[in-house]
Amino acid sequence: MVPNSEVRLFGMWASPAVWRVEWALKMKGIEFEYIEEDVSDKSSSLLMYNPINKQVPVLVHNGKPIVESLVILEYIDETWNDKPILPVDSYERAKARFWATFVDVKCREAARKSFFGEGEERENGIENLEIQLKALDEELEGKKFFAGNSIGYTDLVVGWMAFWLGVAEEAGDFKAVNSSKFPFFTAWIENFLQDPLIKNNLPPRDKTVEFFRLFRQAGSCAKANVK
Amino acid sequence: MTTERDEVKLIGTWAGGLVMRVMIALNLKQVGYKLLQETPGQKSKLLLQSNPVYKKIPVLIHNGKSICESMIIVEYIDETWTSSGWQILPSDPHDRAIARFWTAYIDDKLPGLFPMLMGIIPGNTVTAAERFTACLQPLEEAFEKISKGKSFFNGNEIGYLDIALGSHIGWIKAVEKMANVKIMTKEKTPRLVMWAERFCVHTVKEIMPKIEKLIEYTELIKLSLITATPRN
Repeated sequence: MVPNSEVRLFGMWASPAVWRVEWALKMKGIEFEYIEEDVSDKSSSLLMYNPINKQVPVLVHNGKPIVESLVILEYIDETWNDKPILPVDSYERAKARFWATFVDVKCREAARKSFFGEGEERENGIENLEIQLKALDEELEGKKFFAGNSIGYTDLVVGWMAFWLGVAEEAGDFKAVNSSKFPFFTAWIENFLQDPLIKNNLPPRDKTVEFFRLFRQAGSCAKANVK
Repeated sequence: MTTERDEVKLIGTWAGGLVMRVMIALNLKQVGYKLLQETPGQKSKLLLQSNPVYKKIPVLIHNGKSICESMIIVEYIDETWTSSGWQILPSDPHDRAIARFWTAYIDDKLPGLFPMLMGIIPGNTVTAAERFTACLQPLEEAFEKISKGKSFFNGNEIGYLDIALGSHIGWIKAVEKMANVKIMTKEKTPRLVMWAERFCVHTVKEIMPKIEKLIEYTELIKLSLITATPRN
């Protein structure tokens, strides 16, 4: 426990990176104040706390900001060190961190191409996603969750693929997740979304699909370089 | 846990900036290892087996277990070998978060800037150099605060963030020479220039490759790209 702790989280309701921080805070039973940001009109607080990337999530702990969701997760685990989220063993920790960068860099890029791309770019995105899903599927064989019998760090970081990938598929009209090709991954999605921590801590699906549909339209019109 | 019979192998090349990060970390912790050199343009069977997802160096193999991704390996080394007294990441969680944030920034912004400056892809090298300097600017401005007025980002001794950026110094100097541009200068990035000088005279200096060798190596890479057979 960290005494006299003031924890604030700047976020945006549809952002998977924000939700993974919320999941971590709730897993640890940490009380926090949530501040919703309008990302089209960012607050002066957000810009002050995150001048480099100007993005959510930002965790502010006793006035000190921590940015980048993976960095925030490590910070939370180190600061409130009961109920560890990361594995204890250093090799397992290295594996967990490996999967985190894999999904946040590789899978995200492939999902972005599949969602925003057209023609060859889209096909390439979906092809890459399938290769990546295969790797994740193999990692899950024989396990309920990436972390074992209960949710851990890797599940939290891959978590966006359990919900937001399905949303992107619907809003972007493509399909990558396939239960016969990726049986373990599909089972993991089900287990993850049914877990009490996650089930009650997700944005409303219809609203999120609609948001992503509009996001895609805006992306196509502006040919924006989005993250 | 480490034992007398620890077997540590590192798959990489002497020229690789990312590989250098791991070599620095192993040296700081006084861990003996065997460097398994990869040939430019080719990937060994061991590399493909140890890193099937990315098929990239560096890969650390510790008692048969593979660890991939340079800064993940550095952190693994920090957590595994604790008896030397050298701490790569700071103790304070907020300081650790700062080091991790800036390392993620470096790894996001810098790698993509090298190929054009090396002449591997066509482009305006002057603009590329200016872009590089602009990417370093936030680090230049943050140096005093992160270092708390000391010599290195990590304080009195080099640490995680020093390793993350320091591993690029050799290549920055090499591309400055190859492309006849300036990236780190006393005018635009004075603190980083002085930090780089201190980094280069540190005990890790034996690992830092010579600029001329890196330039030669670049020519080898370019040749291997031209003569490479198409992939299936």
